Amino acid sequence: MLIELGHFTLILAFVISIVQTFLPLIGAQRLHYGLMKVGEPLSLVHLFLLICSFAALSYGFIASDFSLKIVTSNSHTLKPLLYKISGVWGNHEGSLLLWALILALFGAACALFGGNLPASLKARVIGVQGSISVAFLAFIIFTSNPFERLLLAPMNGQDLNPLLQDPGLALHPPFLYLGYVGLSMTFSFAIAALLEGRVDAAWGRWVRPWTLAAWVFLTIGIGLGSWWAYYELGWGGFWFWDPVENASFMPWLFATALLHSAIVVEKREMLKSWTILLAIFAFGFSLIGTFLVRSGVITSVHAFANDPERGFFILLIIIFFMGGGLLLFSLRARIMQTKGIFAISSRESFLVLNNILLAVAGFVVFIGTIWPLIAEGLWDRTLSVGPPFFEAAFTPFFVLLMMALPFGTLAPWKRAKFTKIAKKLIPVLILSLCSLGLLWSLQSQKSLLGPIGISLGIWLVLSSITDLNSRLGKNRDFARLLRLPRADWGRALSHGGLGIAVIGIAGLMAWEVEDIRVVKTGETIQVADYDIRLNHVGPKNGPNYLSIQANITVSKTGAFITELSPERRNYTIAQMPTTEAAIANGFWRDIYVVLGDRQSESSWAIRTYIKPLANWIWGGTIIMAFGGVVSLTDRRHRIGASSKKKGA
Amino acid sequence: MKRLYLLIFLALFASPVFSIEPGEILADPQLEERAREISKGLRCLVCQNESIDESDAQIAGDLRLLVRERLLVGDTDQAVVDYIVERYGEYVLLNPTLQGANWLLWLAGPFVFLTTLFCVFIAIKGQKNHESQPISEDDMQRLHQILDKDTKN
Repeated sequence: MLIELGHFTLILAFVISIVQTFLPLIGAQRLHYGLMKVGEPLSLVHLFLLICSFAALSYGFIASDFSLKIVTSNSHTLKPLLYKISGVWGNHEGSLLLWALILALFGAACALFGGNLPASLKARVIGVQGSISVAFLAFIIFTSNPFERLLLAPMNGQDLNPLLQDPGLALHPPFLYLGYVGLSMTFSFAIAALLEGRVDAAWGRWVRPWTLAAWVFLTIGIGLGSWWAYYELGWGGFWFWDPVENASFMPWLFATALLHSAIVVEKREMLKSWTILLAIFAFGFSLIGTFLVRSGVITSVHAFANDPERGFFILLIIIFFMGGGLLLFSLRARIMQTKGIFAISSRESFLVLNNILLAVAGFVVFIGTIWPLIAEGLWDRTLSVGPPFFEAAFTPFFVLLMMALPFGTLAPWKRAKFTKIAKKLIPVLILSLCSLGLLWSLQSQKSLLGPIGISLGIWLVLSSITDLNSRLGKNRDFARLLRLPRADWGRALSHGGLGIAVIGIAGLMAWEVEDIRVVKTGETIQVADYDIRLNHVGPKNGPNYLSIQANITVSKTGAFITELSPERRNYTIAQMPTTEAAIANGFWRDIYVVLGDRQSESSWAIRTYIKPLANWIWGGTIIMAFGGVVSLTDRRHRIGASSKKKGA
Repeated sequence: MKRLYLLIFLALFASPVFSIEPGEILADPQLEERAREISKGLRCLVCQNESIDESDAQIAGDLRLLVRERLLVGDTDQAVVDYIVERYGEYVLLNPTLQGANWLLWLAGPFVFLTTLFCVFIAIKGQKNHESQPISEDDMQRLHQILDKDTKN
């Protein structure tokens, strides 16, 4: 009964979204106030219906209703509750329903919190948002219905892919989707502004919090995914340039560019057409990402749908929204006149450089990801484009970006004296170069990667501090720091966080120690400075898996550090073995141990890694996202909302 | 009973679910280092975007052994890679070559970057000053509206 109700509310939401698309848009065109206003309650009803639908599907999973097709193929009665819930979006149909739910959530958020928007702009945003919902709900209902029943309900399900039964991965899709779909808001704002025929500083200010929110979610989502890969896949890789990772990375790069160019629109009323274009592209890449993942056109670990019909449908959605957006853009381009001018050396120029580098980096990732398709389609060549390409082709642009970044944060608007900025940065530059030399001479193997990466990170972190420091004024008044706009704090935190993440990436990639060998129980081996003793190996049972667990003691020069218990699991229902690495997390290094095959009566293959600075990657990512949150609470984003609350 | 459990486990875990095995490692550390580097650039044929160095699959293990065999025979790194490409096709290369149209792939980024940089440079240089234009009546009104709201807080 509940399931039918969920199915019914899903269809009803589809109908509502059609009305939500047309009435406000027509109202805004004819300046009919009533029609414009009707979008707000409609978007709330739309959200309510999808919440009901999603709740019904979740109930199906929690109660293990195996008459539902996707519950049968993705769940099992023995599966822990958390993964029964995360199983709702651990499959194609359910994840699309989550996508649609978040889409409705953003539409409703605009209706509720967009108090300071002009009525016609708001109506148009809600209308465009509705039209995206129409496309996705139609996609769900006609090609990927999560409420499809089985004629004969089996006794039990086939369980979720064990790799997905993990707390990190339970949260990864919702965050990523909040980011992906959050970009639909900036898209809707861009289209609404084009329809409106007005892109100005106020628009820049309205669109920025939405972009920022989407960016924060996307950052956290990507960070979670990378963290999961690190501890779950069994050899501690954190980024694979997998097509599906790229699918989330491309929107992130474009959203980052958009975040910066929207500042120029807001403060200087410039780069308007470019910003609108970026908004269309950022969401376009979200859609392309969805297409790559959902169509299975590029095979990868994540593609659980392999259905050409679905791929075709998403392709139509991309063509409609991206093509339509770009067409509208070309028709309305002349409304976006630039008002001011700026010198080659100015904050504007640096933000333009930031945008070029990020967009080109995004383009490189894009072309690398789809190149196998192009090569096969045009020249009948089956080839691969893997990590070596991306590392070589992507990294230079990002390194350039990070080198230029501190100059941009310190440069004033319009016209900057380059020598003045350089003067502020000289101490930072010297310190970064010293660290480069020091690391170069200290390391045993002469690789450039580590020292360069780490000194770049130091360059970013120290220049963020310089950025804050330069705000103190002549008389070093530290109390001023607290009174700084939150956006300035956000900027320093995010850029510093990026630096910390880069330090982690460089350290991990350059100085990782790996050891693979056969170890007898009771034997102690030495890896780097650490003594690893394999105490014993024995069976251990989980709710839906069988497992062998090793007990390992880690010590350094006789001093006990920790005990580790790496496991090898076999998920009995899904018939899939997994390795569960055991990690001793530390500030300077992780000790990462994996249990391998049994070699003889009492000896096992053991893989040990010492991973320097690994946690800096995720620490930096969290700081970056936190900087975004701080910036989001800046006073100027709250003006509309707070004026209502205080009744002023 | 415990023994029985262990037996069941061993049966369940009999298949290799592990990337590089201790037994595969070459005695000569330099040769092994080269083998690892080569393995990292070769794609596992049945996996999804994994190198043979990372993969658990049977065929990846076979290829790792093949790489080491060729190295022991005295092949250069390039010769080993060529040997494998000859048998399994270009698909195994994670790092695309510059052959054929692939130069488009490699040059796409730098080309787009330099072109936009050049265009933007010209555009910034060629800016005309619009700043002398007086603010329009319409904009003025909106500005006041926004400013009023701002100061009310």
